[in-house]
Amino acid sequence: MSTLHAAIILPFILAIGVPLLKRLPGRPHPGWAVLLGPAALFIYFLGQIPSVQAGQGIVSTIPWIPSLGIEVTVLLDGLSLLFALLISGIGALVTLYSIFYMDKKREAVHRFYTYLLLFMGAMLGVVLSDNLIVLYGFWELTSISSFLLISFWHHRERSRYGAFKSMLITVFGGLAMLAGFVLLYRMTGTFSIREIIQSTDLIKGHSLMLPTLLLVLLGAFTKSAQFPFHIWLPDAMEAPTPVSAYLHSATMVKAGLYLVARLTPVFAGQAAWFWLVSAVGLITLIFGSFKAIKQTDLKAMLAFSTISQLGLIMALLGLGSASGYFTDIQQSLFYSKATMAAIFHLLNHAVFKGALFMVVGIVDHETGTRDIRKLGGLMSIMPVTFTVALIGTFSMAGIPPFGGFLSKEMFFTAVLNAGEMGIWNMQTWSLWFPLIAWVASVFTFAYSMVLLFRTFTGKLQEQELSKRPHEAPVGMLISPVIMASLALVFGLFPGLLSYSLIEPAMASILPGLLAPGEKFQVSIQFWHGWTPEVFMTIGVIAVGILVFALSSKIKALHNPLFTRFSLNGVYDSGLRTMERSSQWITNKYMTGSVRHYLIYIFAFLIVVLGVIMFAFDGFSLDMSSYAPVTIYETAILLALIIAASAVPFANSRLLAIILTGSVGYMVTLFFVIFRAPDLALTQLIVETVSVTLFLLCFYHLPKLKKELSVLKFKLTNFLISLGVGTMVTLIALSALSAGSSHPFESISKFFLEASYKLAGGKNVVNVILVDFRGFDTMLEIVVLGIASLGIYAMIRLSLDDEQQVQLPS
Amino acid sequence: MKINDVILQTVTKIVVFIILTMAVYLFVSGHNSPGGGFIGGLVLASALVLLFLAFDTETIMNRIPLDFKMVAAVGAFIAVATGVVSLFFDVPFLSQAYSYFNLPVFGQTGLATVTIFELGVALAVVGVVVTIILSISEDV
Repeated sequence: MSTLHAAIILPFILAIGVPLLKRLPGRPHPGWAVLLGPAALFIYFLGQIPSVQAGQGIVSTIPWIPSLGIEVTVLLDGLSLLFALLISGIGALVTLYSIFYMDKKREAVHRFYTYLLLFMGAMLGVVLSDNLIVLYGFWELTSISSFLLISFWHHRERSRYGAFKSMLITVFGGLAMLAGFVLLYRMTGTFSIREIIQSTDLIKGHSLMLPTLLLVLLGAFTKSAQFPFHIWLPDAMEAPTPVSAYLHSATMVKAGLYLVARLTPVFAGQAAWFWLVSAVGLITLIFGSFKAIKQTDLKAMLAFSTISQLGLIMALLGLGSASGYFTDIQQSLFYSKATMAAIFHLLNHAVFKGALFMVVGIVDHETGTRDIRKLGGLMSIMPVTFTVALIGTFSMAGIPPFGGFLSKEMFFTAVLNAGEMGIWNMQTWSLWFPLIAWVASVFTFAYSMVLLFRTFTGKLQEQELSKRPHEAPVGMLISPVIMASLALVFGLFPGLLSYSLIEPAMASILPGLLAPGEKFQVSIQFWHGWTPEVFMTIGVIAVGILVFALSSKIKALHNPLFTRFSLNGVYDSGLRTMERSSQWITNKYMTGSVRHYLIYIFAFLIVVLGVIMFAFDGFSLDMSSYAPVTIYETAILLALIIAASAVPFANSRLLAIILTGSVGYMVTLFFVIFRAPDLALTQLIVETVSVTLFLLCFYHLPKLKKELSVLKFKLTNFLISLGVGTMVTLIALSALSAGSSHPFESISKFFLEASYKLAGGKNVVNVILVDFRGFDTMLEIVVLGIASLGIYAMIRLSLDDEQQVQLPS
Repeated sequence: MKINDVILQTVTKIVVFIILTMAVYLFVSGHNSPGGGFIGGLVLASALVLLFLAFDTETIMNRIPLDFKMVAAVGAFIAVATGVVSLFFDVPFLSQAYSYFNLPVFGQTGLATVTIFELGVALAVVGVVVTIILSISEDV
């Protein structure tokens, strides 16, 4: 147990405590108490920066299931510290914001904070766990708490739909990821990420490498809303805005990025990893930015913007992983710039997107709508909000002097560098990387401007709004202002970040590049000369303004294109089809008719037995051990066959019962001539009783639908019965032959010898029944007793007609 | 219409004793010749069934005031109990023992604990058969 373990547990303990706050007199807003948690965590993690910078992170282990190699090992290195700071810092700001956003009188705030703290703890667990199984556990906990938070307003149909969708998609990915983790364990024999990284040699070239990689990436892509799994994120916008700001912009959606970054040392240098991560990232980037323009809802726009930015970071992580391929240290460092850009943009995105979500929340809260077509002219009414939005959107669009500009420049550098790679068919694609990046940046610029100017400039349409708009309360503004200032500070003083956070994070993503004791030299500069990146940015701004100006016309152009094919449609119809087809299949074979079920059972028996016997060449016929046939056996057998085969042709049930009885008596005769007097006696009496009971049933058949006709001939039934008979006969014959070819000594000799000696009885059958194997007999009489009690209960305890329980049909 | 089945009843009165003797014989001799608790119990039950047929159920139940569900339960209990008793003698569950005794009338006779187990089986069978037949006859 270390302080780090305590840090992970703290939110869970608070989550337990939150419902108790309800009892407090005066019912203060629980957010104030909750706020202490993330704030304390943030300060604690800030205090860890120097030691992590020096390369002395915390590693601590608590055994959980040691026999399976599952231990709660926590690890604080550069990467996890970066994420932990994001989680606790933005967590504190979001909590502060939510105190003013969530009305304690009208909302179930205690429930809200319980879920939020659960999520916070789970997220800290994800980023601080070193053990893959523990990581998976926390990962699923983030899915579950996110599900609860999205459906917080569960009386709304859209909320439930969005929660369900995100649950299905992220849990699907989570399970795939678990499978990937298990495969990693198969290859390396450990669940510890540090140990896996040390044994990458075992993984490289392993036949399970590619499936592992795909499964793990499936988990990362679904969680981080990468194409085509991004569809849950826009629907998750039904959550309260603090949740959207926290989960769906700054923390949870970055869990996938964290996973990719964390496992980069394992898979870096693999062509499949490079291509999948960077290509999916780029597709997500351009797709998200393209779709964001056409949104009219502010939150939907931000959702697609988040998708697009996550794609950007993902692509950068993919490009950065190429550095693992090169052996030359200079070349590796050259490509590792992409990773640096990824980390820097991850930080930038967290602050500006968090601020923007809060801005949207304020606008929604103060005007009653998020529809961009109804908004406008809020600039002079909400000056602080406008300023925050301006910083956020400009940073997002990549305009100097904000952080987003720097990360965008670094992104362009990375895609340009990628063209020089010259491996994995990069030559053919070298032009596409900068092109896609540039086009996506143009769209990003355009929707950022739409977001800002359509909301805050233009004419105020007061008749459209349900409330009279005014500036938000101060408490609500604190968090967005802090975040916007951070976005500005990151832009103006990037050195602050590069030494404290980015360098240690780089060291944990690309540990192979450093000699012991060495550190990455990260320097992010505003101005680096007339490089192609600068011209690209100028182009982005120029074309972006054009696109913004024409955006209404472009919208009309690509609208029908999107409505014709949408991934949501695929998801919805896929879900519907699955439900319908499973219902169809179930209806097809679960007919409710016992006759059909018997056909399945018997057909299965024939097929399985037949196939197994055939496959293992089990049929054999060896007549050497057969006893000679006498005239009595032949005669009884003939009579038996005639009686048995007459049963199906009997034209009355009475005849069928009597024929069945005669079969039973014939069997008694067999027992007699095969010298089994006890069996013969028992069979005689039991047969008599059962024929009597049959007759009883016959006598009481209902008068209404008496059937006296001959059994109808059905080919299926005929074939099935023929098959079962043939199968059983063949198996019996084969078993007999097998018994004669492998002559095991029968144990009956023992009984014959020991019956009198040990048990003092001459009737061996009886001695076996009551002495050698008395246990069976004991339970058999219990069976009889149960049967009689059952009959007694059925007859005596049947309910009257009025009391009859109505079964659902 | 009242059926006068005096012949059946008279014959039954005699035959029942023969059947009961037969049942006891099958039960006692089961260890050394065909028979035993199960068959003995069935034959004994058949004697009762004959009585039920010849007379009516109520008459017989007045003469033999037994709850046959209890008989079945007692039978099962005896069978299990013999097994449990063997545990007290430090031998496995359901171990049986036998020995020869010099009894005053019978001379040297073999007595076995198996007989008690068989008694349990026989009682259970009688109880079960009669319970089933009585319940069904009541329903009809």
